[in-house]
Amino acid sequence: MNDTLSKIEKRTAYTLLLPAVFLVFAIVLFPIFANIWISFKEVQLKDIRIPEPRAKKIVKSIPEDKTKLKIVYRLRNSSLIEGINNIKFSDNLPRNIEPVNLDSRCEFKSKKIKCDFGNWEAKYRENFEIIIQNINNYVIDKNTIRSQKPKLSGDADNILLTTKFTLKNFKQVFNENEFLDLLLTTFYFTFFGTVGAIIFGMFAAQLVNQKFYGRTFMRSILLFPYVGPVVALAYTWTLLLDPNSGTLNALLVNFGIIDKPINLLGQKYMTLNLLGFDIKLRLALTTVIMFEIWRYFPLAFLFILARLQAVPKDLYEAAEVDGAGPLRKFINITLPQITAILSILFMIRFIWNFNKFEDIFLLTGGASGTRTLPINVYQQGFAVSNIGMGSAVSIVIVMLLIIFMIVYFKLIGKRANEI
Amino acid sequence: MRYKPLLIYLFISSIFLTLVGSIWKIMATLQGLKLTEINFNINFLLALLLSLSLVFIGKKINHLIKIVVLPLIFTFIYIAMNESAPIWYNVGILLISLFFTNRVKNYNLNYLKEDFVSEKIVFDFLSLFAIVFFAFIILFPFYLMFVTSFKLQAALLYNPLDLSIDFTKNISDQFKSYLVIFKTYDFGRYIFTSSIVSIGTVIITLIFAIPAAYAVARLNFFGKTFLSTSILIIYMFPAIVLVIPLYTVFSQLGLRNSIEGLLIVYTATTLPVAIYMLQGYFKSIPKEIEDAGLIDGQNWFGIIAKIIIPLSLPAIASVALYVFMIAWNEFLFSLMFLDNPKSFTLSRAINHLTGDAETPRQYLMAGSVVVTLPILLIFVYFEKYLVSGLTAGSVKG
Repeated sequence: MNDTLSKIEKRTAYTLLLPAVFLVFAIVLFPIFANIWISFKEVQLKDIRIPEPRAKKIVKSIPEDKTKLKIVYRLRNSSLIEGINNIKFSDNLPRNIEPVNLDSRCEFKSKKIKCDFGNWEAKYRENFEIIIQNINNYVIDKNTIRSQKPKLSGDADNILLTTKFTLKNFKQVFNENEFLDLLLTTFYFTFFGTVGAIIFGMFAAQLVNQKFYGRTFMRSILLFPYVGPVVALAYTWTLLLDPNSGTLNALLVNFGIIDKPINLLGQKYMTLNLLGFDIKLRLALTTVIMFEIWRYFPLAFLFILARLQAVPKDLYEAAEVDGAGPLRKFINITLPQITAILSILFMIRFIWNFNKFEDIFLLTGGASGTRTLPINVYQQGFAVSNIGMGSAVSIVIVMLLIIFMIVYFKLIGKRANEI
Repeated sequence: MRYKPLLIYLFISSIFLTLVGSIWKIMATLQGLKLTEINFNINFLLALLLSLSLVFIGKKINHLIKIVVLPLIFTFIYIAMNESAPIWYNVGILLISLFFTNRVKNYNLNYLKEDFVSEKIVFDFLSLFAIVFFAFIILFPFYLMFVTSFKLQAALLYNPLDLSIDFTKNISDQFKSYLVIFKTYDFGRYIFTSSIVSIGTVIITLIFAIPAAYAVARLNFFGKTFLSTSILIIYMFPAIVLVIPLYTVFSQLGLRNSIEGLLIVYTATTLPVAIYMLQGYFKSIPKEIEDAGLIDGQNWFGIIAKIIIPLSLPAIASVALYVFMIAWNEFLFSLMFLDNPKSFTLSRAINHLTGDAETPRQYLMAGSVVVTLPILLIFVYFEKYLVSGLTAGSVKG
């Protein structure tokens, strides 16, 4: 009896889970594995379309003989790279109409023209002509002929399903001189973006944890940058930072802080003179990191605030009795209470910043030294149109992610369930 | 007499007053005032004098007189030392100094002798300044977006500092950018598409996630632990690594440029977090209530529909709002999958606008306001639910 109950329970569980699991498998897990497959192939964006035979039907009248019409089929192979085999063609003719001269490849049977065109190589083109006439010598209506669309079929290899593999993509990914630079940029962006967001979030949380007039208002607006759509915010920032007509540059020039506008998003390096040392700052990357911090510190704020509000008040009271000042209280009570959440936040945000695509794409498009790995996926796949390369870069990202996750679960996996 | 607290107080408070004064000056400049000098040093000295006199006068004269007279003197010297400015600007300076004096009215030489007073002062002014600072850096871009949508490209190019809105224009001129984006750029259709996609994603995600979360939370089956850990792991994989395979497959299946395609992808990518959030809540519902339902002869569908869903409405609301936010703001997939303007979402449409360098920026910003305003309004109205959704779901972002 108990056995059947548990069987029913199992069956129910699987039924309930099936739709969700299936969808996630198809759209999330399958692509991750498909990446591996594609990354070993030489595929261009234009190869994705399966080659198909196409025909454009043109009907022309013959001036000398009104009872006859000429049909021209402009035949072509849609693909410029791959051939199509075993092409079959068919087109219907209305009643009482028959072809006059028929190509040897074709036959006319029960109002149907059927042809067997064999194989077409890539880029194949042909003008295929037929002259038709009415059996009873009536005038043929052009429109009824035109309205019939010819049908074509053929066998073509789907380049994604062939078993031709190559290591070229990976060689190219790693051989590229820029790979190290790419990796460094990504880490620079990820690390400073994460740390900055956490520091700002900590300040904001510490602030909102106090009582002051307008605190609830402050708490809501602090989340605005995260809640707002990235497209709108990124374009607003580009406007704000624009060298020619942006508010920020205009302000700085107006108050004499800088002599001429700085292209904050379009300049790769800026030399800063600090204490007599010339420091080469990666300007555009720094600006993008600033945006990143601005947009994601609200999340850190939210987490840290939740934790701060759970710190028992009597801890602070006890510290006060012991004669501790605000700084002492922060270092000896607040910080130890939030280190756990800080480390979890750091790992999670690190992983997510590592994958950030939209923000950089919208601000700089990956130009001026802001090309990170995710941006590279897009550029290889869609700007250079090399799908295989794009997939290979994706694989590199997935590999690094897996390493991060192992570290994450080793270090704080157990704690993650507590929050 | 200990000098350290006194010096720290003087330094910090004067810096604070000068910085807030400078922010006020910047804001005034952005309303079209022609001010070109920050005058940081002189104003810092002025603020120092005010702080100094405040702390030395201490309790010797009536608070009320002190709070009123000193700021007035400060403001007059300020006016004399700085560029000439309209009266509203100087009133602002007076109000800032009034606020400042009121804030430090209790500070006197005796108070500065208390324990940890310098730390307290630093923390006090730091948090005061932080309020101004955070409010400014967060609201300013939104303000810029909003104002730009009401201005003309030519005016912005001529003077990028003038962010004031001209209220003398008649209504149709005032809202011209909005009229244009709705008439010429077809934003009405994009709002419709975005709404359909977002609401559709929410509904489908909930339909798929509620039963699955119930199974994970309550039922025993083979592979349960594996499944619940993989939910989190799958969730960590970013959209960018899915894009190329999905693009190729969707191209071959003809799912690109279709709302169905977007719905499928959005649902699949939000499902893991929805399940994760819901199962946590379902576990907190007492099992006895369900057992009562079982005894009454309910099957699993009845239990979910009649017991679980009514009891977990707040959690479902959180998930729904969170998923709505993700779908409404989503950009990468809409960029990849949509290239026919007929099927654009709002985000994609705005991105498309920027593709043409000739598009005046007020249209771009009007479009940005149109996509931002609904989600901010929803956030403010349902803040409680969305915040708990964010906290639970913000492993991602």
